[in-house]
Amino acid sequence: MHRRRFVGIAAITALALAAPAAAQEKSIVVASTTSTEQSGLFKHILPPFERKTGIKVRVVAQGTGQALDMGKRGDADVVFVHDRDAELKFVAEGYGVDRREVMYNDFVVVGPSADPAKVRGSKDVIDALKKIAAAQAPFVSRGDRSGTHAAELRFWKAAGIDLAAGRGGWYRETGSGMGPTLNTAAAMNAYALADRGTWLSFKNRQSLVVAVEGDGKLFNQYGVMLVNPEKHRHVKKELGMAFVDWIASPEGQAAIASYKIGGEQLFFPNHRK
Amino acid sequence: MSERDAFSTALALIGGADPALWGIVGLSLAVSLAAVALASLVGLPLGAALAVFRFPGRGALVTLFNGMMGLPPVVVGLAVYLLLSRAGPLGGLGLLFTPAAMVIAQTILIVPIVAALARQTVEDAWREYEEQMRSLGATPRRSVATLIWDTRFSLATAVLAGLGRASAEVGAVMIVGGNIDGLTRVMTTAIALETSKGDLPLALGLGIVLIALIVLINAAASAMKAVAQARFG
Repeated sequence: MHRRRFVGIAAITALALAAPAAAQEKSIVVASTTSTEQSGLFKHILPPFERKTGIKVRVVAQGTGQALDMGKRGDADVVFVHDRDAELKFVAEGYGVDRREVMYNDFVVVGPSADPAKVRGSKDVIDALKKIAAAQAPFVSRGDRSGTHAAELRFWKAAGIDLAAGRGGWYRETGSGMGPTLNTAAAMNAYALADRGTWLSFKNRQSLVVAVEGDGKLFNQYGVMLVNPEKHRHVKKELGMAFVDWIASPEGQAAIASYKIGGEQLFFPNHRK
Repeated sequence: MSERDAFSTALALIGGADPALWGIVGLSLAVSLAAVALASLVGLPLGAALAVFRFPGRGALVTLFNGMMGLPPVVVGLAVYLLLSRAGPLGGLGLLFTPAAMVIAQTILIVPIVAALARQTVEDAWREYEEQMRSLGATPRRSVATLIWDTRFSLATAVLAGLGRASAEVGAVMIVGGNIDGLTRVMTTAIALETSKGDLPLALGLGIVLIALIVLINAAASAMKAVAQARFG
């Protein structure tokens, strides 16, 4: 009898847990990037959207590459990322529809205040990377196919640096998100490319400071799109589009513009119809 | 950051009764307890059966379960992700990024732990009572049930080991749960997130709360065990 009671308790516990998952309210899954989640942007812009529409937004934050993969597999309704080339490919291959460019911020190169490569204050990211490579100063890379990683690789290519030689030496790939990469850079007194949003909200800077900013190449565009409902029939087309449209609407754009940390605006709305 | 920062953060977290924190703590407990319950349902009889029954390949199976006690959570998470993904065989269930997916992953992780430890415990008891039980005419099936009941206080350790593993792992629940705020965020994934944000005092504070919680559960289990043992012997 005791054994039966134990089995009963176990079964009830398991059921009680599965129940809330079954009783779903109106909700969508948004595959997005660590920069939008960890910078606190979603915490700021989602409440007004959820209040207005009653749609609960469930954000899974990963690198852009992973987020797009999630969309390809049909595990998200909406993708909100920042790698223009990869996004256009995603749409061209039929995985995404109704892509809208909705906001931008910029990348910065951060580095130790001691500045061993003498790049601080530079406005030329390509030249700065050349100097970092020449000085063999430690550089920490995301190495995770994120939007930031893709941008970084483009810059290295433009600088004509062969990374294979530096790998494991001065060039170190963490294969992790922006935050962990900044933690690593702070601990190693290394340079790193970061999106400004994550950088501004990052708390464990130690001796890291912004070394390079203001180069037009450091422009970082974000796009939002619906996962193609024709590829994945379970995609919540109407709820997902409500989100995509809201982000691009004057209301959503104003919400993005109003997000500030320490008086500094993190993302700049730039949707054009 | 000093350790005092983390401790005062932990105290503030507990004292402040932040509803978001309690939601995360509650989900952590619910997910891990459900996984332990399911894993015990499967693992205890499985371990006991392995202890009592003799069949070809038994040794290999015992070794397999012992080895799988060290299943890497991230691999289990990935396997369950692929299984539950919309593009996967069980995608139609729509379970990915829900607490149910987290329970499934943790159950898979801890079944081998519960089964392997139960096997050892029951086997020791079986060695002691085998002759007696056989002379009483107990079938192996009946013996399995009796042995589980007789060794229940020792088996509690196997269950607690499973619970420890479940509540401490981050790799599996991060992948299959997605660390969604308010839905699938648990203590360990919250700690990973705060570490990512560079908010190390908050991350460590959450860690202290988690460790305190696990110690508390184990203390409660020991106390229950002592009371039950005193009453039922």
